[in-house]
Amino acid sequence: MVGGSTTGDDGSKAPSAEQPGHPAAEPWPLWEVFVRSSRGLSHVHAGSLHAPDADMAVRNARDLYTRRNEGVSLWVVPASSIISSDPDAKGQFFESPQGKDYRHATYYTKSEGVKHL
Amino acid sequence: MSESNASATRITPGNALRPEDIAASDVKPSEAVGEYALRLGDDALILAQRLGWWISRAPELEEDVALGNIALDQIGHARSFLAYAGHAWGKTEDDLAYFRGEDEFRSCHLVEQPNGDFARTIARQLVISQYQFTLYARLMNSGDATLAAIAAKAVKEVDYHRDHARQWVLRLALGTEESRRRIIEGILLTWPYVGELFEDDELVTGLDGVAVRPSDLRPAFDTDIESLFAEAELEVPAVPFAVGGGRNGHHSEHLGYILAEMQVLAREHPGATW
Repeated sequence: MVGGSTTGDDGSKAPSAEQPGHPAAEPWPLWEVFVRSSRGLSHVHAGSLHAPDADMAVRNARDLYTRRNEGVSLWVVPASSIISSDPDAKGQFFESPQGKDYRHATYYTKSEGVKHL
Repeated sequence: MSESNASATRITPGNALRPEDIAASDVKPSEAVGEYALRLGDDALILAQRLGWWISRAPELEEDVALGNIALDQIGHARSFLAYAGHAWGKTEDDLAYFRGEDEFRSCHLVEQPNGDFARTIARQLVISQYQFTLYARLMNSGDATLAAIAAKAVKEVDYHRDHARQWVLRLALGTEESRRRIIEGILLTWPYVGELFEDDELVTGLDGVAVRPSDLRPAFDTDIESLFAEAELEVPAVPFAVGGGRNGHHSEHLGYILAEMQVLAREHPGATW
């Protein structure tokens, strides 16, 4: 990696507990931010931030993620409340649908006489 | 009423009045209105310059961005007010921001005060945002269409600045022993500069229906501060007011240093663009 990295992105240089960026060195908890870009659409994950509490998290989200007219509504969720699938379990979780084309509508041929499908 | 003046009052989310619109407008304020706009613009400009210092120095990245956003909002307000004021004398917003000397600035002493620690900056933010909020809320009804339009855009932004400051006052005051000590100290250092904000003078009383009389803003300011301080278990400090005079160009020792940093590039390279 050019210039090196202390972010730990490559796993080889994870910051130590005393360094900024390490969860143990963060006084504020992590929050996940969801932005709804306009009425009728869903909230979409935009990123994360640190904040001391929920009220400040919404305000920080406003400052970080809606500066360019991105949204009409914000959700913030404590990152610790999100249960995610196991990245090492991709096989069990996500490979099963492969080869099961019959789960898609396009697998089926249109019956004669059905005009506007 | 000219076409451009009419458009200055049309404020919708997609059609907010921009400083560029004001600069291009042919609405020329009287010198008195120009002087008044200078006061409003200079407060915003000097505050923005002070707040900009926090970029990369705030306690957390998120606060860097929050204070930076507030500073940028203030620069936007300053540009609008100065662009408008400039029409009174055939000057641009840059002429006024970069090529005036210390005694030509009309900002209050409060915005010149040092940032200090985060708590002191928050105390200053509390006072200035509370003042600007009630000021712009009334200026929206000004008989001067351009001032009213600038205020209509600015009031929503300043409302957020006010909320930001109030949230932090509560958290610092009710947080740890150390954070409480710091916000109390910040408030003590800030309060001597409150009085100047609400002083009337001949200029504003002469602009009845156009300018907002500062003394009219005091009751709302006191009520809002008292309710916040009650919640935060703080006391409004009884401190003597500092000598003001900012509106007449008499400033504290801080303004010269602020201007030196803010103006050096423009003065070294007049007319430079990038």
